[in-house]
Amino acid sequence: MTIIFDGLASGMLLFLISVGLSVTLGLMNFVNLAHGSFAMLGGYVCALMLSRYGLPFLLAVPLAALVAALAGVLLERLLYRRLYAASPLDQVLFSIGLNFMAISAAHYFFGAQQQPMVLPEFLRGQLHFSGLDVGIYRLFLITVGLTLALCLQWLLAKTRFGAQLRAAVDNPRAARGLGINVERIFTLAFALGSALAGMGGALGIEILGLDPGFPVKYIVYFLIVVAVGGSGNIKGSLIAALLLGLCDVAGKYYLPQIGAFVIYVVMVVMLIARPQGLFNRKLLS
Amino acid sequence: MSTQLKPAELDPLRRAADWQRWEYAFWLLPLAAYFIFPKSLSLLSQIAITALFALSLDLILGYAGIVSLGQAAFFGLGAYAAGLMAAHGMGDPTLGLLVAALIAGCGGFISSFLVLRGTDLTRLMVTLGVAMMLYEAANKLTELTGGVDGLQGIEVKPLLGYFNFDLYGKTAYWYSVVVLFALFFLARRIVHSPFGLSLQGIRQNVGRMPAIGAPVHGRLVAVYTLSAAYAGVAGALLTQTTQFVSLDVLAFSRSAELLLMLVLGGAGCLYGALIGTAVFMTAHHFLSNMNPQYWQFWLGALLVLIVLFARDGVIGLLVRLRGWLRKSA
Repeated sequence: MTIIFDGLASGMLLFLISVGLSVTLGLMNFVNLAHGSFAMLGGYVCALMLSRYGLPFLLAVPLAALVAALAGVLLERLLYRRLYAASPLDQVLFSIGLNFMAISAAHYFFGAQQQPMVLPEFLRGQLHFSGLDVGIYRLFLITVGLTLALCLQWLLAKTRFGAQLRAAVDNPRAARGLGINVERIFTLAFALGSALAGMGGALGIEILGLDPGFPVKYIVYFLIVVAVGGSGNIKGSLIAALLLGLCDVAGKYYLPQIGAFVIYVVMVVMLIARPQGLFNRKLLS
Repeated sequence: MSTQLKPAELDPLRRAADWQRWEYAFWLLPLAAYFIFPKSLSLLSQIAITALFALSLDLILGYAGIVSLGQAAFFGLGAYAAGLMAAHGMGDPTLGLLVAALIAGCGGFISSFLVLRGTDLTRLMVTLGVAMMLYEAANKLTELTGGVDGLQGIEVKPLLGYFNFDLYGKTAYWYSVVVLFALFFLARRIVHSPFGLSLQGIRQNVGRMPAIGAPVHGRLVAVYTLSAAYAGVAGALLTQTTQFVSLDVLAFSRSAELLLMLVLGGAGCLYGALIGTAVFMTAHHFLSNMNPQYWQFWLGALLVLIVLFARDGVIGLLVRLRGWLRKSA
């Protein structure tokens, strides 16, 4: 039971960090390998706010999301938008370049060590039930993740913004003709993706740690979630993330000698079986 | 596809396959480098080996248009194959190269069926996944590979039974350069052959190639296998010249940097792979000597600039420069 719970929690964390990528990569079709850099930015902002300025945790996390969103808007305006029409390879190279720069910058400003992270009192400790130990922070993650998934699903499927975004991605010319400001929608969507990354990064420090290598260390996991979940599909990403979290934790628990092997096998098998992802976006509307 | 064409129509293609004067000059560079920089032979052999590795990626990416983030998988297979042979008393270098090519080629052949499905994004992910799986496997099979400590006890026998691998790296350098040249020569023949031309056709329009009778899937499997074998030879060379295999032969950063070198030089041109590697490795050497931690920043900035402004790399710049010179002359 504890394994299932921990698996769900680590899956939920994966979802929190990678759901932003399913907006930029999945919906907007930009292969943004620099997603981890935005998450790292959020993580550093959160850690600094907590340790240096003593802000409460629940305030530092939204602030991290805000800073990441601002960085996202800036970069989108300056660089990303020139590459929307470029080939996936160009986008990969571009965002690997951004990653390298982010890693060096983090080295320069914060040093190579892990950032310390102190959780507030009410998120520490464990709850004990018969046969099940529940870490409160993990429970918190699961709650936040579920809430976020519902909100995003609603935002993309039911609101005017969501409809405009989907229209702008599917056919920018026709969307422009209907009076949708495609550029602004894209900027907003990119900001949303970055904000989600920043928040995920902030929430993930406790479990994943935070050092300058972060963007590259976990990029594989984020990509797996999006690629397996299917493009631009919140529900698909959620299920894929939970599944991967479960497989990963169960694999590490039952078969420690093969370690991270399991998660890659799961990914390749899933991609071979369902190249379009578990759920196609067409099912969403 | 060539049977219906008249000989005269093939002439431009034949001419493109001829060796140009500047190409002979280019291959004098490794000779010159030996005498000009006798102290940095180990760096020069590294460049030659990495150039061969870049060539392997160019074959699939530049010509056939298969994107890959996992070319290090085959480099690592070759490196470990050669290393394990040498560690178990079969240290003959040429035999090691052959076996490495064979094993990496088999790996490429098997994984090609996984890789060739799906879109670019799926390919990126699957190649990455295959490389990461091998990395984890090598990490965990400590009895076989030595895990994070690396594979120790490699004893490479003299080359062709006669040339010892010396302390200054002279043998290693000539060995790497000769292998690079031989395989480059072969690759050059291949990309100018009907087979190579059909690969370019597949890259340019994958829908139309079956219509003119090219078996797309078979061609892609063939070139992927060939490219894996090339990467395997490069890995084996690295093992034999350094007498050591560490886990990072399979690392993600190796695949990513390789992609970078190729794009820096210009993909879709064999010399692009060579020039890109030389420029990258030299810059790496000097920049990381100056400032080991932050050279990555400039590397990233360079990459962003290349993608935005100089998509065809150094080769593209040279071609454009030649265009200007001709116009002004």
